[in-house]
Amino acid sequence: MSTPHFDYLDRLEAEAIHILREVAGQFERPALLFSGGKDSIVLTRLAEKAFRPGRFPFPLVHVDTGHNFPEVLAYRDELAARLGEKLIVRKVEDTIKRQRLREPGGKYPSRNPLQTYTLLEVIEEFEFDACIGGARRDEEKARAKERIFSVRDEFGQWDPKRQRPELWNVYNGRIQKGENVRVFPISNWTELDVWRYIQRENIQLPDIYFGHERTCVVLPTGQLLGLSEHLRLDEDDEIVTRQVRFRTVGDSTCTAAVESDASTVEDIIQDLLLAKVSERGATRLDDNISEAGMEDRKRNGYF
Amino acid sequence: MDLLRFITCGSVDDGKSTLIGRLLYDSESVSLDVLAALEKRQASNGTVDLALLTDGLRAEREQGITIDVAYKYFTTPRRKFIITDAPGHVQYTRNMVTGASNADLAIVLVDARQGVIEQTRRHTLIAALLGIRHFVLAVNKMDLVGYDEAVFAKIATDYAELTNHFNLPAAVAIPLSALQGDNVVTRSTHLPWYTGPSLLEHLESVPGTQERADEPRFQVQYVIRPQTAELPDYRGYAGQIQSGEYRRGDRVLVLPSGLESEIEALEVSQQEVESAAAPQAVVIRLRDDVDVSRGDSIVPLGQQPTITRELEATLCWMSEQPLWPGRKLLVQHHSTLVKAAIPAILYKVNVQTFAKGAAESAQLNDIVRVRIKTALPLAVDTYQDNRVSGSFILVDELSGDTVAAGLVEAANSEYFTAPVAPPVAFSI
Ligand SMILES: Nc1nc2c(ncn2[C@@H]2O[C@H](COP(=O)(O)OP(=O)(O)OP(=O)(O)O)[C@@H](O)[C@H]2O)c(=O)[nH]1
Ligand SMILES: [Mg+2]
Repeated sequence: MSTPHFDYLDRLEAEAIHILREVAGQFERPALLFSGGKDSIVLTRLAEKAFRPGRFPFPLVHVDTGHNFPEVLAYRDELAARLGEKLIVRKVEDTIKRQRLREPGGKYPSRNPLQTYTLLEVIEEFEFDACIGGARRDEEKARAKERIFSVRDEFGQWDPKRQRPELWNVYNGRIQKGENVRVFPISNWTELDVWRYIQRENIQLPDIYFGHERTCVVLPTGQLLGLSEHLRLDEDDEIVTRQVRFRTVGDSTCTAAVESDASTVEDIIQDLLLAKVSERGATRLDDNISEAGMEDRKRNGYF
Repeated sequence: MDLLRFITCGSVDDGKSTLIGRLLYDSESVSLDVLAALEKRQASNGTVDLALLTDGLRAEREQGITIDVAYKYFTTPRRKFIITDAPGHVQYTRNMVTGASNADLAIVLVDARQGVIEQTRRHTLIAALLGIRHFVLAVNKMDLVGYDEAVFAKIATDYAELTNHFNLPAAVAIPLSALQGDNVVTRSTHLPWYTGPSLLEHLESVPGTQERADEPRFQVQYVIRPQTAELPDYRGYAGQIQSGEYRRGDRVLVLPSGLESEIEALEVSQQEVESAAAPQAVVIRLRDDVDVSRGDSIVPLGQQPTITRELEATLCWMSEQPLWPGRKLLVQHHSTLVKAAIPAILYKVNVQTFAKGAAESAQLNDIVRVRIKTALPLAVDTYQDNRVSGSFILVDELSGDTVAAGLVEAANSEYFTAPVAPPVAFSI
């Protein structure tokens, strides 16, 4: 008997589906964290493959920073409706009011750090014991160190020195009360893998991923930030209109656009094959602040 | 495109992380922004520390050592690689085991000045135990021994004794300098006496990740029951094919119950298919309304694993709390979780001599052979026969921590006669 040959994308897909089904089998109240970005959109496709013709054994949960791209919100609602799955939205805005938190000040007031508060609130509200996220190990050097099942304490904190061994594809989701697990089914995918999968599966994405004209402010680093009501502009800010696309979708005040006229998934893949700058490097403003930025945020409960 | 997953191992400071960094750097797989961050931390002599590409934790950067595995990804025109950079420090051996459990190939680094030492032996033992068959012996820091051929030849000979001991195919030995980049991506002129491939050339030419032709195994992870008006009676058993191939119409047994049925339909990505094979994620529907739940195995009639409540297994003990005979634990055999007890530790393996010796307890990072009794029957194969159905972890019931990696060595059949075991490649 000849063994059939599987492409690496087939293997990554099978691994991710296996992980999603382990979550369904091991936890009472899991949730899928859905940001509206390409990685979480890919997760929903994988969940369809894992659980159809049944329903997803978890709701989609969106932690809404309030600094969204309108296209992404529209896409989110449309997708949830098409899937017929439950969508829970919790707003950072409300957490700020409830916990009397201070809004981040400054010129580019990112709410990314505050997302963690809302995430922990929603985990407590619904007693989620597992949260599935679309983080990938190729994104950042601290992420490259995290397990697929990442056990967090009551405060959502990651302790990189106390990670459980993770053997073969046996995932240990046993936790004590108050603890929860963050699960990353596409840990082993790269940005390029995600795009190749989007292409192969013909997955529709929000328009902002493709080249479009946008009015942006030019940052001192040369990066382009789309104009929005949340930015505080100064007189001498340079405003330009450019053909851009987004490589990631996060808080709009800290996610830069890249210049591109890629209009199809194929174009984007060609772009990426030539890209000299990483996804985070090109687009995130908040990680450049400190070398251990991501590690610190994870230690504080960030996914 | 195919895939190769490899791990770097060897003792602390042998240069594993530097080697990975060099591989990524010289193959132009490092983005400009990541490089810029690296250059900011440049040493006083102006060189960048390539180990920082994988040593991503603050504690690692501060101490200059690797603590936990890092996963890195890169692609050449030939294939895609998943790299696992393991820590060399004995204290973090369990993290090395984590990395090795999913690797197809191990690069064992040796410092040319030190030769084969205890940690080289420990890591080779663990990698061999876990079933890795392809080894590369990377004799590193050749720059510090004047690129001396005799030094290299001696270490290669010493190491061959190890691979012989475990009945492994001979390791491919490559002299290199991770720091200088000799023989990592491109062949170096510093070692004219070496005529073999560079490390990357070799990694591009070895066989990639491939399924072994093992007997079919499948465990139910989750039962899909839509219970809708259109699909009131649909029951789909969702899981990943662990090994072998399944076909529509196969006569199968559900284990451990032993009930017989037939595969009525096989679904992949919501499409019915005629056949599917490991590692595909599938849904199996059975013709008969038999009782099947999470953790049950579905296997073809006549090719069943051993059903047992008594195992003999090799453990890599991973907890600071020692294991004493009589301990109660949980066995997680993939999607099955059962209570278990360890009535006896049969022996412990000396990692220096590989000799078996008596042991009262198992300490952190010990490799021991034990007997295990489980509260409910498991459907297992030996790890020799099947890396999936022959592997499990031990979980502490209270803390939930993973305390051991387990490999089934022998199982006493309860209901069926065990298949005759093929000759073992090596045993400890
Ligand atoms: N001269 C020389 N030094 C090297 C070479 N490779 C690595 N080193 C140095 O050896 C030291 C240890 O290197 P690492 O790459 O951190 O070692 P490691 O094997 O990853 O160590 P652990 O992960 O902590 O086990 C560093 O100072 C490196 O610069 C080499 O080929 N030649
Ligand atoms: Mg290292």
